[in-house]
Amino acid sequence: MTSYAGGLKSGLTFLILWGLPHFALAAKIDMRPGVTEMSVRIQQIHHMGLWVCVVVGIIVFGAMFYTMFAHRRSRNPTPATFSHSTPVEFVWTLIPVLILVGMAVPTTITLRDIEDNRDSDMTVLVTASQWKWRYEYLDSGISYYSNIATPQEQIDNLEPKDEHYLLDVDHPLVLPTNRKIRFLTTADDVIHSWWVPDFAVKQDAIPGFINEAWTEIPEPGIYRGQCTELCGKGHAYMPIVVEVRPEAEFDKWIEDQLLAANLAGEAAVAARAKTWSMEELVPQGEAVFVKHCVTCHQRDGMGQGSKYPALVGSPITTGPIPDHLNRVMNGKANTEMQAWAPQLSDLDIAAVITYERNNWGNDTGDVIQPVTVYEAR
Amino acid sequence: MVAHAETIPKRHHPLLAFAARWLFTTNHKEIGTLYLWLSFLLFFIAGGMAMVIRLELFQPGIQFAQPEFYNQVLTLHGLIMVFGAVMPAFVGLANWMIPLMIGAPDMALPRMNNFSFWILPFAFALLLSSLFMEGGAPNFGWTFYAPLSTTYGPPSTDFFILGVHLMGISSIMGAINIIVTIVNLRAPGMTFMKMPLFVWTWFITAFLLIMVMPVLAGVVTMMLTDRHFGTSFFQAAGGGDPVLFQHIFWFFGHPEVYIMILPGFGIASQIIPTFSRKKLFGYDSMVYATAAIAFLSFIVWGHHMFTTGMPFVAEMFFMIATMLIAVPTGVKVFNWVATMWRGSITFETPMLFAIGFVMMFTIGGFSGLMLALVPADFQYHDTFFVVAHFHYVLYPGAIFGTMAAVYYWLPKWCGHMYDERLGKIHFWSATIAVNMTFFPMHFSGLAGMPRRIPDYSLQFADFNMVSSIGAGVLGLTQVFFLYIVIKTIRAGARAKARVWEGAEGLEWEVPSPAPLHTWNTPPVITEGQAH
Amino acid sequence: MNLRVRNRHTFLLIALAVGMFGFAFALVPLYNVFCEITGLNGKTSAQAALVDEIEASKAPVDRKVTIEFLAQAARGMPWEFHPTEGKLVVQPGEMHATTFYVRNLSPHAVTGQAVPSVSPGQAARYLKKLECFCFEQQELPARGEMEMGVTFVIDSKLPPDIRELTLSYTMFRVEDVEHEHFTSRNE
Repeated sequence: MTSYAGGLKSGLTFLILWGLPHFALAAKIDMRPGVTEMSVRIQQIHHMGLWVCVVVGIIVFGAMFYTMFAHRRSRNPTPATFSHSTPVEFVWTLIPVLILVGMAVPTTITLRDIEDNRDSDMTVLVTASQWKWRYEYLDSGISYYSNIATPQEQIDNLEPKDEHYLLDVDHPLVLPTNRKIRFLTTADDVIHSWWVPDFAVKQDAIPGFINEAWTEIPEPGIYRGQCTELCGKGHAYMPIVVEVRPEAEFDKWIEDQLLAANLAGEAAVAARAKTWSMEELVPQGEAVFVKHCVTCHQRDGMGQGSKYPALVGSPITTGPIPDHLNRVMNGKANTEMQAWAPQLSDLDIAAVITYERNNWGNDTGDVIQPVTVYEAR
Repeated sequence: MVAHAETIPKRHHPLLAFAARWLFTTNHKEIGTLYLWLSFLLFFIAGGMAMVIRLELFQPGIQFAQPEFYNQVLTLHGLIMVFGAVMPAFVGLANWMIPLMIGAPDMALPRMNNFSFWILPFAFALLLSSLFMEGGAPNFGWTFYAPLSTTYGPPSTDFFILGVHLMGISSIMGAINIIVTIVNLRAPGMTFMKMPLFVWTWFITAFLLIMVMPVLAGVVTMMLTDRHFGTSFFQAAGGGDPVLFQHIFWFFGHPEVYIMILPGFGIASQIIPTFSRKKLFGYDSMVYATAAIAFLSFIVWGHHMFTTGMPFVAEMFFMIATMLIAVPTGVKVFNWVATMWRGSITFETPMLFAIGFVMMFTIGGFSGLMLALVPADFQYHDTFFVVAHFHYVLYPGAIFGTMAAVYYWLPKWCGHMYDERLGKIHFWSATIAVNMTFFPMHFSGLAGMPRRIPDYSLQFADFNMVSSIGAGVLGLTQVFFLYIVIKTIRAGARAKARVWEGAEGLEWEVPSPAPLHTWNTPPVITEGQAH
Repeated sequence: MNLRVRNRHTFLLIALAVGMFGFAFALVPLYNVFCEITGLNGKTSAQAALVDEIEASKAPVDRKVTIEFLAQAARGMPWEFHPTEGKLVVQPGEMHATTFYVRNLSPHAVTGQAVPSVSPGQAARYLKKLECFCFEQQELPARGEMEMGVTFVIDSKLPPDIRELTLSYTMFRVEDVEHEHFTSRNE
């Protein structure tokens, strides 16, 4: 008995148990070709590496299997006595060198093209924070946050998981086809990494520094990826969804966004003009709290240890209103508490603060108006 | 393992005597035994953590471990496996075997030897105790990248830093001891180029340890001052740079991964000739290849960081340096095959583990070569493909290597033969389970599954389920290994001095079990004898 | 075994270990030098460029380069921070100036320190700054605002394959005494 049988057996077990029910096995176990020119070229490099390894593997393992079979004691009772051979050793040092040079050349050419960020048609600034992405179109000034859209109930196995479990966001990144798009990546807190496999773009987002990458997508469609650098407990929950639209549709989308930003501005003005009641603010505040705050502070407001403080009876949520506003709007340095002022509307901030100050036994009775938030901006 | 009445100090209470014997021992065999048992214990603790990880990944969704706890378990699994299971196991083997193999009566610095072992239980107790602290254990992965580990690290990070310092001091002292022993205590006639390959690989590994463990100590010291003393080595706000952390860490980290494999190369180079009944092929080139691998390990660290925004020229440099490592590694594999070639091979358990080591380590080497190709690395980086790669070099590499060594030398240590049938069952079940656990990870990685996540999307579910089943079986096979070892220590056929008929080397010239004191009169190696 | 030889070897190896511990710290300045030479991480110099350095970079060349400006406030920094011009098309070798706008949104005085980053990294050492608000800390009173200037030259030796570069600033909060007082009151 020899060890190759071990690999073979487990391979076969794997194939029989799991491979056969799936058609197109190769497509399932291979690196995906993706949709861009670069992702296809990278897949080719992957295939080159793979096949070199397979061929060398067949030769080396073949020699091992052969010697294990032919030179076992029952067939070859008297061992040979040779213990070195300079020509043979020279040859098997030289041949790998030649193979490696052969692999390095096409790899270098592709790498040079990947690193060529010049002459882009548009730039998107990708800012990572725990645990969401923010996209800013530098050419038109549009920016928004992109949060995971998978409900917590699905993660906790209380509801069936849908097709795009963990790979769904509220606001996807929208990009045009056939334009060279430059990504600038940076981060607010820890290192994250922005990866869309179909574009073969993976770039670390490093706090205080910017990095560049680029892509050009020929096909409209929806492409999904994930954060690939451990960034804390929500690392699994910061997906990336990119919606690629034909150029004309994309330009229309940009116009719509600019218009919507205006409308949102008008809505904010209207919200400021009105005096809101506790009954109006609390349900809305609860919705905001559930969406953005429960990961750390928990549904019952009790937090989790000293790292994620309890909001029940805390000096912030029951103390002076300006401090509460400041903490929610600007976050706390060097902690996971981020600045919510750029992410939420005046009304949402007013609502969530009102909710926090009048829930779980906090009974300040304070009602915070959107106009107060506006003035604090 | 072996009772030696003459060394037991006179104490009234037998328990006290027992504790005093093991606490104060300066005997290389007893310290070797302590190292091996400690690493075995930590192997099961970190293995238990692997079970938690695989249990959570058995299905999508959060079932057993909340993400916060998952990250803690993941971090401790990595740290304990690297610093607690693999490294002490190799140091234990070195303690037991190096003096025997070079004809020395003991290690050159016996008291330091005792000290370097007894630091370790405290270091790991400290690390494990962080699980029960407010804020939980370290949760930033075994690579502890800043600023996740500095600004955002839990309070227990300081205990982690102290623990790493202690492990580092222990490793450095162990390495110094090994080098001084090899340089000063070789038997007359045992020239460097006659040393067994296990001794050679450890000699080189010890140099790697002395050169990189202080760098690790340096980087955790910088973390400590960043956290508490207002420096900003790794904080952009104060003019520092988080990427600098990665450079220093991987300057330590890459030689570290060779520290975890070179002694395994040495073990395979002892075992394969024995069971092929033929001299090791290309002894000289084996030594040079080991040295070349050690040298190259210092100039390839950047291949862990291709996605951090490295300039083209640096990417090229690290890619080519990394690919070059395939050459000396290839030489080693070819030499092992040539050693078997036209030998008279039998397949006892140590040989099975050694062959399994060579083959599956080679698979890990192949994926390593693929990872060196920078453009492809953009797709592989930080996915399960990487997890598959390094588990292939570490599990069937470092751990199978250690197991091969244990089966090979256990009869020498305790004087009993292990049960060959059970050993074979252990090998085959572990081999099947290892492949079942780690091979599908290549596929989930290529399909796009990031590493270090407690929860994943539905497309990865099948591969993860196979991996988890494999991991469960793998865990059981190692419990079975523990049973085999205990059974062998307690009873078994008496082992001869030369346990294996094809074995060469000084360790087979002393009786089995090896008495507590050996080679008080050094043997003389004549011109004809070699390695 | 000769104990003196043994001890000498031991001490040599301990010295090697101590030396490597020092080497880890030596890596920090080495890394900065290395970054400056290769532009490894897009760091620009934290000091104003010297006059002769500026003069040396002024050889006129007939080409245009686009420089894009980015600004962001770090977490916990209650400042609005943005460039007044999104991008400039400039000629290497010529002196240019631009400004960044900041406004303190908080009801307290706050001190900030801006940290620059340049992409592509290789361009960093060709960007010479004569004046920059990032050279020193900036203080704003409660709700105060100001415009802060940068004066720079792009070295005419900028490699021809670089046609656009990005200069990004992150504004970090400096934990001053007043701030300490503010947070400790609220903990």
